Amino acid sequence: MTELIASILFATIVAATPIALAGLGELVTEKSGMLNLGAEGLMAVGALAAFIGAYSFGSPWLGLVFGIAAGVALSLVFALLTLGLLANHVATGLALAIFGTGFAAFAGKPYESQVLTPVAAWAIPFLSEIPFVGKALFSHQPIVYLSWLLFGVVAWLLARSRLGLILRAVGESPQNAHAIGLPVRLVRLLAIVFGGGMAGLGGAYLSVFYTPFWTEHMVAGRGWIALALVVFATWRPLRLFFGAHLFGGILVIQLFVQSSGLQIEIPSQLLTAMPYLVTIVVLVFISGNAKLIRLNSPASLGLPFRPD
Amino acid sequence: MTIDRRHFLKTSATLASATAIGTSALAADPMKIGFVYVSPIGDAGWTYQHNLGRLQMESALSGKVKTSYVEKVPEGADAERVIREMANSGNKIIFAASFGYMNYMEKVSKQFPKLVFMHATGYKSGTNFGNYNARFYEGRYLTGVIAGHMTKSNVLGYVAAFPIPEVLQGINAFIRGARSVNPKAEVRVVWVNSWYDPGKERQAAMTLVDSKADILTHHTDSTAVVQAAEEKGVYAFGYHSDMSKYGPKAHLSACTHHWGDYYIKVVNQVLAGNWKPDNIWGGIKEGMIKLGPISSVVPAAVKSKVSQIEAEIKAGKFHPFAGPVVDQDGKQRLAAGSVMSDKDLGGMNYYVEGVTSKLPKS
Repeated sequence: MTELIASILFATIVAATPIALAGLGELVTEKSGMLNLGAEGLMAVGALAAFIGAYSFGSPWLGLVFGIAAGVALSLVFALLTLGLLANHVATGLALAIFGTGFAAFAGKPYESQVLTPVAAWAIPFLSEIPFVGKALFSHQPIVYLSWLLFGVVAWLLARSRLGLILRAVGESPQNAHAIGLPVRLVRLLAIVFGGGMAGLGGAYLSVFYTPFWTEHMVAGRGWIALALVVFATWRPLRLFFGAHLFGGILVIQLFVQSSGLQIEIPSQLLTAMPYLVTIVVLVFISGNAKLIRLNSPASLGLPFRPD
Repeated sequence: MTIDRRHFLKTSATLASATAIGTSALAADPMKIGFVYVSPIGDAGWTYQHNLGRLQMESALSGKVKTSYVEKVPEGADAERVIREMANSGNKIIFAASFGYMNYMEKVSKQFPKLVFMHATGYKSGTNFGNYNARFYEGRYLTGVIAGHMTKSNVLGYVAAFPIPEVLQGINAFIRGARSVNPKAEVRVVWVNSWYDPGKERQAAMTLVDSKADILTHHTDSTAVVQAAEEKGVYAFGYHSDMSKYGPKAHLSACTHHWGDYYIKVVNQVLAGNWKPDNIWGGIKEGMIKLGPISSVVPAAVKSKVSQIEAEIKAGKFHPFAGPVVDQDGKQRLAAGSVMSDKDLGGMNYYVEGVTSKLPKS
């Protein structure tokens, strides 16, 4: 029984990581006031680029670099349109999401039935021997540990560092930030690039580490879920982390329920819908404090800024 | 003789008509045939086997036919659009290879009575609309016999797409085959609600292995389950095609599909003008289903036993669903001594004994 729970925990972390990574990037982008809805497209091109990199050069790490680069490149398009040309954020983001998915499907046709060798897990030497926790937490592929590190660093930076303060100031009121001399557009550009890179990394995880092959609908809506999670978690990184794992957990549990042979007659379509429903309900519930929402949401989200 | 105008006109007219008659007798335009596929062709799987059949037919009848295909057509309004486009662009025969295309094929076939519509795996037909299917359950039974011998945990894992009769036939035949040699074997089914979703299939496979399944198989279109089995160090059976390339250590055998001979037969009938809509269901006997090569880890005694059963099915002496057939609630569905009719097989909506999961109400 404990072994089964350890397996479920392990699978939860594996399923949650790509969403968490994309969500973290989106969180930073939105904190700076830029609403980039193109996460799905960014993840798709990241996944494809990472697959191409890993397949052509035989190295999953090079694949990761390619994936991040692809995410960054596509997010630069967003930056050009919204920062440079003051285009509407929502429209641009949506267009990028559609373009990214379509382009990845198109460019990925020759790679569709190729496979990569799966990446071995890095079991942390001493910690992974611990009976229950070891297998569940410390026997993952290295990118999972990287995602934990990133979350810790970003959460700390946002809350406690000057860099985080600048980012939040730019997101709250770009006019005032500009008035006191902060480089508003540069900060926003860097935030967008970070968001694109993270989404690309999340996509790369999917195609190189998670299921070592490429298919057109690989991202399967995870980008949209990451976007929703950022909002439902009221732009707090740790809430986002929890939300991503809650989602991943329910996604995985329904498979375990089915394969356990438990005599339950829930329609499998309801089981598939469950992760989305539960995550929304839980996050809305725990983030219901209106004051805290106002405190944490970037006031200038989605509004264009032009320094005069 | 002088070449005067009248003479010249007469000669050129004769020459022209002679050439015209000559060329029209020589080569009729090759017949155009269209194929609609539900998933990418890839290197193995359902669509790959249909495509192999198409290529076999095209080379056997080269010059007389010209085939084309559209892959990854979702089973929905898009399918109707693709089928109609094919009908409008001069295709004489349209083959649609997936269950979910059935109603669209029926609809479009009524609007194009001069064309031939062939639908794989369904149950509807019409005046110009034929149906063809293969008895996958025969191959499944044979893989089940091997599974029953090779399993140590007595838990078999099955990743399946949709609970339609054909998929249920496969699951039931598999466990019946396993239980015929190992009464303790049980099978657990995880539904992924998609014919082709390698990510979900892989996750489902991993979950089954975590739940102690040591032999996996699937009724979905990708090779994800075999690959997952290889990674986790358990055994697996491929489906549609031999998938040993994706799991050299894991792959025990596969239930393989062969459509080429049937396609050649149908196209020849249409070319000769004597095609009639049919509802055929071919199995091992007709060469549409074959058990793929068996891995060397399977003991020779098991291999010969399975070959023997295969021969008996081919000769019509053995039927995987010969009575008694009892469902998982204990109700008897078929008495001992009789063989399940095609109609009952086509309407199968229950699990037999040995399937531990409960059938989802869809």
